[in-house]
Amino acid sequence: MAQQLLEVKDLKTQFFTRDGVVRAVDGVSFELEAGETLGLVGESGCGKSVTALSLMRLIPQPPGRIVQGSIIFDGQDVLKMDDDEVRGIRGNNIAMIFQDPMTSLNPVLTISRQISEALELHLKMDKSEARKRTVELLDLVGIPGAKKRLDGYPHQFSGGMRQRVMIAMALSCNPKLILADEPTTALDVTIQAQILDLLKNLAREFRTAFILITHDLGVVAGMTQRIHVMYGGKIVEKADTTELFANPKMPYTWGLLRSIPRLDEKRKGKLLPIEGLPPDLIAPPPGCRFEPRCQYRRDVCKEKEPELRHIPNAKPDHEARCWGTQEGGWLVDTDWHREIGDTRVIEEIKQEVAQVTLEGTAPGAGTPPPPPSPVN
Amino acid sequence: MAVTPGTGEYTRARSTATAGSGKNLLDVKALKMHFPLTQGIIFQRQVGAVRAVDGIDFFVEKGETLGLVGESGCGKSTTGRAILQLYKPTAGTVNFDGTELTTLGGEQMRKMRRRMQMIFQDPYASLNPRMTVGNIIGEPLEVHNLARGGEKTQRVQELLRVVGLNPYFTNRYPHEFSGGQRQRIGIARALAVEPEFIVCDEPISALDVSIQAQVINLLEELQDRFKLTYLFIAHDLSVVRHISDRVAVMYLGKIVELADRVDLYERPLHPYSQALLSAVPIPDPAVESKRKRIILTGDVPSPVNPPSGCRFHTRCWKAQQICSEVDPEFIEHEPRHWAACHFPGA
Repeated sequence: MAQQLLEVKDLKTQFFTRDGVVRAVDGVSFELEAGETLGLVGESGCGKSVTALSLMRLIPQPPGRIVQGSIIFDGQDVLKMDDDEVRGIRGNNIAMIFQDPMTSLNPVLTISRQISEALELHLKMDKSEARKRTVELLDLVGIPGAKKRLDGYPHQFSGGMRQRVMIAMALSCNPKLILADEPTTALDVTIQAQILDLLKNLAREFRTAFILITHDLGVVAGMTQRIHVMYGGKIVEKADTTELFANPKMPYTWGLLRSIPRLDEKRKGKLLPIEGLPPDLIAPPPGCRFEPRCQYRRDVCKEKEPELRHIPNAKPDHEARCWGTQEGGWLVDTDWHREIGDTRVIEEIKQEVAQVTLEGTAPGAGTPPPPPSPVN
Repeated sequence: MAVTPGTGEYTRARSTATAGSGKNLLDVKALKMHFPLTQGIIFQRQVGAVRAVDGIDFFVEKGETLGLVGESGCGKSTTGRAILQLYKPTAGTVNFDGTELTTLGGEQMRKMRRRMQMIFQDPYASLNPRMTVGNIIGEPLEVHNLARGGEKTQRVQELLRVVGLNPYFTNRYPHEFSGGQRQRIGIARALAVEPEFIVCDEPISALDVSIQAQVINLLEELQDRFKLTYLFIAHDLSVVRHISDRVAVMYLGKIVELADRVDLYERPLHPYSQALLSAVPIPDPAVESKRKRIILTGDVPSPVNPPSGCRFHTRCWKAQQICSEVDPEFIEHEPRHWAACHFPGA
């Protein structure tokens, strides 16, 4: 096995609020190899952004605190470092791209100032060197006329261009790991396609490891090698990308996959939403956190919390946090495609029957509807 | 050849398609909405205009859902608001069930608004935080003299039940609800006056993925139950495909393509629609790796100074000389399939 770039073990980040302790990240563990792209997927409030901020030690303190766990980056524990050491890593070895390029750039500094700051600080470049490198970076991320736009302010750039500036900034020190927190959520689809294309090429070219945090399963499908699905502060399913989409196991992942209409599928009569609301992280459910919304739940789910375990009959690195998918569980052999297929077929049959009944009853009222088969 | 946009050319073409059907609930012709840009502090003079909506024609049939898609800043929300006369349109006509809305006075318009409502994007900003849910939903009932006192309370509880909330929530405040629940309150408020037509302005984009489906299903159920007509504004193409009967694609203040759902998604004629569709990521790595994406270069130009000729020509890979000179007509290329492009098709 290759050298791990990042090893997160049992990370717990909590926020101490007046209403109680919010367990935003509650025992998250994962690894990342150099040059690998990982997707963290989940709804808002599932702890994916807090995980990223914890990796950078950017949790606002108070009210937040990393209460437990270790984050080994390149052989060193980030959580044991003092502030100066952390500053040496931030922006230099680990960089971050934020969701909203509008608020994450400083409006009163020029673009060149903001990018070269990191170059001067981390790579000890002098001003003219840093400026030259900044132009190169802006060219790299596809900003037309980089030289002319260098002294522009963020408000003179469009949303997509600002996001490119953010990416240039993240790339400036050749980091080993880039955390991209919803990098395209604030952008339009055509611009999103541009930015995703750019990120994909850069990841390939520089062999930078990426953690792509998003709620959009479509975005991660084309971008990542592995995906971790998060729910209620925990990772609930881990698998490589093709496996996760071909053979998802955790009912929450199913819910995510089928609640959104897909552009390439036959239009469904009705969407199948996940009923209910995400859990309250101050007082999460005692058993499985998804149990209150899960349609496959059994008694054990309410009583005891499942561990993240390997799924029998699945690829070796496919794990899920679900009682149903563990050895001897009731979901081990459930094929999700059949699950979905069934409902669709049933709907179609229902419609057909309704159609036939309608046709049958129209002419002679009172006569019983003919059986559905002999139509035509 | 060069036809001034939005002169009713389109309507003439249409009348052959839906001749004498007379079932259009809403007819919009040559609608323009320009916002003036002014300079000077005391004496303001107009130095230009944001041409948010710049001559669009379309109709909405009774009982259907017309999806309106486009990138941010293309004028889709402005269109929705201009239809409801929340903005005073610069030019054009908006005909709702035989009544011309642009010339109506305040009191008459208020009466019309009983029949047309709006659901807003941001469930956090569109509910007054100091009003209880009961008051929020009950207010339109009082304004339109539909119910008072005990009858109002009863009606509000019924509405809450209709949108899937607990009817005993009437004394709670908006902050006690989650985003999805708030959107339901917004929907209940819109339904209170029993409208025929609802403009849904990005009703689900502020919601979480698992909640979006709940709200879409609710909107569809309500449509069946109350025979509603929707103008569904959104930027998410897969959601629009799911909910709409017909879809209009907007770019920089113009409708570039309008067709039945299946036609638009399977055989888009306008290059912009083609690019938009190809840009939507699909949650399946097997499909994703095989897909060819059309990646548009550059950004949407400014609506203050839209490009000459076809507005899309600056980003279009098919653009030729004529595209920068002549604004393409909005033509019915196939039955019920309109597009404004000099070189439509694959």
